[in-house]
Amino acid sequence: MSATVELPPVAADATGPILMPKSVSDARLRRQYRIDFLFRHAARFFAALVLLLLLGILLSLVAGSLPAMRAFGPGFLVSAEWDPVKERFGALVPVIGTLATSAIALLIGIPVSFGIALFLTELSPVWLRRPLGTAIELLAAIPSIIYGMWGLFVFAPVFAEKIEPLLTATLGAIPYAGVLFRGAPMGIGVLTAGIVLAIMVIPFIASVMRDVFEIVPPVLKESAYALGSTTWEVVWSVVLPYTKIGVVGGVMLGLGRALGETMAVTFVIGNAHQLSASLIEPGNSISAALANEFTEAVGDLYSSALIELGLALFLITFVVLALSKLLLMRLARFEGGRT
Amino acid sequence: MNRYLSGSVLVLAGALIAGAAAAVELTGAGATFPYPIYAKWAEAYKAKSDNNLNYQSIGSGGGIKQIQNKTVDFGASDMPLTVEELQKSGLMQFPTVVGGDVPVVNLPGVKPGELKLTGSLIADIFLGKVKKWNDPAVADLNPGVKLPAQDITVVHRSDGSGTTFIWVNYLSKISPEWKQKVGEGTSVNWPTGVGGKGNEGVASYVQRISGSLGYVEYAYALQNKMIHAQVKNRDGKFVEPNMESFRAAAAGAQWDKAPGMYMILTDQPGANSWPISGATFILMHKTQERPERGLEVLKFFGWAYANGDKMATDLDYVPLPDAVVKTIQSAWKNQIKDTTGKSVWQ
Repeated sequence: MSATVELPPVAADATGPILMPKSVSDARLRRQYRIDFLFRHAARFFAALVLLLLLGILLSLVAGSLPAMRAFGPGFLVSAEWDPVKERFGALVPVIGTLATSAIALLIGIPVSFGIALFLTELSPVWLRRPLGTAIELLAAIPSIIYGMWGLFVFAPVFAEKIEPLLTATLGAIPYAGVLFRGAPMGIGVLTAGIVLAIMVIPFIASVMRDVFEIVPPVLKESAYALGSTTWEVVWSVVLPYTKIGVVGGVMLGLGRALGETMAVTFVIGNAHQLSASLIEPGNSISAALANEFTEAVGDLYSSALIELGLALFLITFVVLALSKLLLMRLARFEGGRT
Repeated sequence: MNRYLSGSVLVLAGALIAGAAAAVELTGAGATFPYPIYAKWAEAYKAKSDNNLNYQSIGSGGGIKQIQNKTVDFGASDMPLTVEELQKSGLMQFPTVVGGDVPVVNLPGVKPGELKLTGSLIADIFLGKVKKWNDPAVADLNPGVKLPAQDITVVHRSDGSGTTFIWVNYLSKISPEWKQKVGEGTSVNWPTGVGGKGNEGVASYVQRISGSLGYVEYAYALQNKMIHAQVKNRDGKFVEPNMESFRAAAAGAQWDKAPGMYMILTDQPGANSWPISGATFILMHKTQERPERGLEVLKFFGWAYANGDKMATDLDYVPLPDAVVKTIQSAWKNQIKDTTGKSVWQ
């Protein structure tokens, strides 16, 4: 961009129906130009501030994790050891915990949110739409610690007594995959954390999906209905293709929340640095490990390892968002390819 | 406003004229475990001396960092620093009150104090070697207690903590295998179990998971009426955790023989002594750059040793025996100096 800014030609003003004295118009223009100049640069500064902050956070994370990087190298990411006594640290357990809980949350959250949005826009009686939609938005406003407490005090005992034994008896009997569901039923573990996260991300995904479903031009849907499509066919072949960018955006919003969620996960994941194939055994997530251990981390290497965990979370979030952008670009390229 | 202004002017004057009596705002930071008693002492002391104590319970690790950086007048830690660590940072330490850990269980039908455990059994359970409540190792110690064929779920702290330090220090003293595989520290690499944040986190996991065994700080267990277990002490007796057994553990220790007062009250001799006890410590710089502030800190703790026992027992802390207080005060005199080498505490 150029630093010099020219005044717009005064003649532009002259096209107006009322001709003002030239001197007044000049002064006013100059004043407006100054305000405009300030406004533009202020806005640019704020936009740059975001980038600067992001860069600053990244740099301070890297600087803080240098001692751990020097001590453990790239092996940090694949080591499952977390031993504050011998000062040997690895990120594998929390990284897997973060990814697994988020994956479970999306696996449950996406279909449910889709159903909610579908019901609200296509099937629900009109009088029910507003109250139901508001209720879902209210769910999004509940603080995460409330979800954590509910998960620990209400959900976990029921899950331990009724659901986990059932899962172990049924799904646990499947060869190979069954190992995911074997273990002592405690009600606390990766699966519980994933389910609580699912409940937390549903309002986000569902309200975005509903908003984008609503902007589909009625003429498109009506045409499809007129051709004899069922509701499912309309949604699958007309609404979804029209709104896919918004839908993916909503899913990413939910994923972003799931990856970084701290308090609710800390309550129910079990906070144990143990690598276990089972989803019903306790595990750990990056944000939960940070919340638990940062205040009492004694020694430079311990703190540094925790900061490197934070850096790992930063990178995971970045990669996930970048992948979703790529996905959207690919979708856009094939736009109109199929008819 | 006026009062505040004159107060700060006086503080300034106090900083200039050593030893001038004036209202001082003393700052300390560290362990969360002794926070309630420090706050109570500070309140009572303020009424007497006008000195205000601002104690931030940010955790032992944070307290150690803050005193090393000299941002506070004293630090507080549940884990004593070793002699080398003290020397490196130019610090000295002294204990204030005694507390300890209590094993708590959730077993259907088991009443408080009914279950009996030994240190080596606790170590084996926490190592994941004893997995079931009806294991012979548990049953042999507990004839007459109905033990279900249930899995034992170990509950430990997920955050670094002095409570954990006392617990694993005890296990390390009792079990060579624990010492070699896990070791001791404010947080360790737990071989098994789930982690709860804080005493309240461990307590809520224990209360919610049937068949669990965890550990919480004594006062916390008492105030929340948790189901505790008896533990066999060094003299071979099973003891209950209570004021007497903690006092017995504190009394047996020879503080005057411990260099740097590095003393952990686990596995102490005495027929009645609770084996999982520990003191909480105050850290101060040996060379006081502002001796008048250092003196005020020492005056505060001196006052607390003399007048604070009742307040401590009310809050379920165990006060130190008088002989230990004498040892501490002679250490103050010998170790805490101003920049010219003169003792701060007279």
